[in-house]
Amino acid sequence: MANILAVDDSASMRQMVVFTLRGAGHKVTEAADGQVALDLAKRQRFDLVLSDVNMPRMDGITLARELRALPAFKFTPILMLTTEGGMGKKQEGKAAGATGWIVKPFNPEQLLATIKKVVG
Amino acid sequence: MSIDMEQFKATFIEESLEGLDIMESVLLEMQPGEADAEEVDNIFRAAHSIKGGSATFGFSDISNFTHVVETLLDQIRAGEREVTQEAINLFLSSVDCIRDMLAGAQEGFDINLEQVAEVKAGLDRMLGSALETAVPAGAEPEDQDDTPAVTGWKIIFKPFPDMLRSGNDVVRLFRELAGMGEMEAVVDLEGLPALVDMEPEEACLSWEVTLFGNVGREQIDEVFEWVDGDCELSITPLGGDETSAVDTPAEGVPEAANPAPVQAAPVAQERRSSNDRRQGDRRKSRGSSENSSIRVGIDKVDALINLVGELVITQSMLGQLGEDFSMDKVERLKDGLAELERNTRELQENVMSIRMLPISFAFNRFPRMVHDLCGKLEKKIELKMSGEQTELDKTVMEKIGDPLVHLVRNAVDHGIEIPEVRLKAGKSETGTVHLNAYHQGGNILIEISDDGAGLNRERILAKAVERGLTNSGDNLSDAEIFDFLFQPGFSTADVVSDVSGRGVGMDVVKRNITALGGAIDVESRPGNGSTFTIRLPLTLAILDGQLVRVGEQTFIIPLVSIIESLQVEPSRVNAIAGSAELYKLRDDYLPVIRLYDAFGLKPDSTNLEDGLLVVVEGHGQQAGLLVDDLLAQQQVVIKSLETNFRKVGGISGATILGDGTVALIVDIGGIIELSRNGSKRANSAAA
Repeated sequence: MANILAVDDSASMRQMVVFTLRGAGHKVTEAADGQVALDLAKRQRFDLVLSDVNMPRMDGITLARELRALPAFKFTPILMLTTEGGMGKKQEGKAAGATGWIVKPFNPEQLLATIKKVVG
Repeated sequence: MSIDMEQFKATFIEESLEGLDIMESVLLEMQPGEADAEEVDNIFRAAHSIKGGSATFGFSDISNFTHVVETLLDQIRAGEREVTQEAINLFLSSVDCIRDMLAGAQEGFDINLEQVAEVKAGLDRMLGSALETAVPAGAEPEDQDDTPAVTGWKIIFKPFPDMLRSGNDVVRLFRELAGMGEMEAVVDLEGLPALVDMEPEEACLSWEVTLFGNVGREQIDEVFEWVDGDCELSITPLGGDETSAVDTPAEGVPEAANPAPVQAAPVAQERRSSNDRRQGDRRKSRGSSENSSIRVGIDKVDALINLVGELVITQSMLGQLGEDFSMDKVERLKDGLAELERNTRELQENVMSIRMLPISFAFNRFPRMVHDLCGKLEKKIELKMSGEQTELDKTVMEKIGDPLVHLVRNAVDHGIEIPEVRLKAGKSETGTVHLNAYHQGGNILIEISDDGAGLNRERILAKAVERGLTNSGDNLSDAEIFDFLFQPGFSTADVVSDVSGRGVGMDVVKRNITALGGAIDVESRPGNGSTFTIRLPLTLAILDGQLVRVGEQTFIIPLVSIIESLQVEPSRVNAIAGSAELYKLRDDYLPVIRLYDAFGLKPDSTNLEDGLLVVVEGHGQQAGLLVDDLLAQQQVVIKSLETNFRKVGGISGATILGDGTVALIVDIGGIIELSRNGSKRANSAAA
């Protein structure tokens, strides 16, 4: 099962994501903002990064850009959790190196289906 | 797998309420016309999180409402909209609405929809003025519902070299396609460079994929959604005409965006209806327990676990010692017991600290309240707060809330003058209300001060005379005169100002504070404002007590109220009017209260010089309590006398001593009041 880094400043979203992923057998590490996530990523590898876009200290877009600059994260899938259905944030995320996105609101089933696509 | 979303809702509501508090405090600071980027960012993020969370956890009405707020904030953030006072007020009202809706969701009751609708209409109006000019292009997706049944698709897929750098994997794409039907892929090696030139991080192959089966076009688009723009892609139906063949990346966009919302809608609806059911069931079972939870810092919990660990070690050590005990091990036993005592004390201190919360919990509501009152009363007031981190017992905090609201409201309403009057009096136009909290001894002090007109001593006195509370008041100090404000029914509509008076409900304020074992004092200087000082015990559960003996009974006097203890010198005792006794201590005269008299007991001796005088202070007054003997000092756990027996004057509670006997705790303020009334009665009887 995959080793996943879940980044969101909202405790309830994090709780939901973590609960869902752990329930499916994944190993999950939590981070409350981009800076925390980046610090974690500098010390260990992850198979997948799930990140919220709007966060204090460091947003998800910046996080994606910073992660791509790390050798260990050159090809690691990075999925953005975006609220907007619009293309703005998706394109911005892609330009920063994000692999794809999950549009909020999503339910646990949708989350797992998307994760399965990426990490098998 | 089915996951119950219910379990995340409590967290969501809690964090949303925190977010709303942040929004509120930032909005209150915000000045029209100047939008500090960081401030706007903060409130935008809070609104954004609430919107996202409420949509996820099934609160669609909160999500819809917050969406409008978020959109407006986003426009401000992008500099497309001015921050007007109207906008700030509307946002503040929105904060209230969202808070109500969250409370409604939490408790399962219906909220005031009219108010929500009204604010929403206001938000929509504000949004509408900008919307006409800024309709997002392509918001309405074109209807693509013209796909007939197909037998399959031909997909030509040519990744751009750096597609892999987005973390997208060709294998994943093919795996997904293969999941939809039978698939054949032919790789085109044309782009493959010589081995020496090969760049392993770059994509260099292209594929021609044939997918058989009745697969919808949107399903295929979804597979390639994330790599749109990173590759050349052409998707054509098998056997179909080639006219709509080549698909430029841009066209794929609206189609790709389509499936997600379409799928999500029924799911969301389903979720909502099952939530409704669940909420209906819960309505009955949910009591007030929701509000009685407490947030505790993880460090405090860790400290507790650590201490319990130490306690377990000590216990097992003592247990082993007890198994084969002999007198030569008595030293180790003593050590063990000392250790146990230390563990217990530390554990007790730490457990008590869990109940302590910073007083900011009580102060936080005031910026908003003062802001709203200022608008209503057309005054200019700056609210200053200090000592917000001072910690106070949670129960005390809950009970002090209403009295504080009352006092702050009074300060704003009656204390601070309107700007014109202030200017005339040579003060600055803006008045100041200051809330301050700090520790002093075993007490916490809360001050509510204003720099307004101050209390009008003469008019309060006149009113008191009129009501027969005092004869002439010639010898009354300011403090004694201001104390009339706390008399029940001291209606003062014409006393302090011509608008209305300060006295309304002040007796209730005082009663609430007294019930907490606290006291309230007033200081006021005409023209310079007033200060109300509330003195509260840190906690209600435990107190440091001095054990005293009266006859055969043991009483406990709270250590915080004891000033000193002394042996009585008969020459210093003056008896007045036959009943009251005064003791001359240095330059003061203290009334002597014989405890055996107050409680109807038989003492060792009725001679003053045989006993000890404990000098105590309560409710700002000093007195000497006559007791037979002083015993030990110890911490006692307060048990309510009211719940176990009934309220007894002069007694604040009871406790159980180490030997199992019950000892009563003396209510110092109460007993001083009692004896004063007693002597008053005696006086009036004599007169």
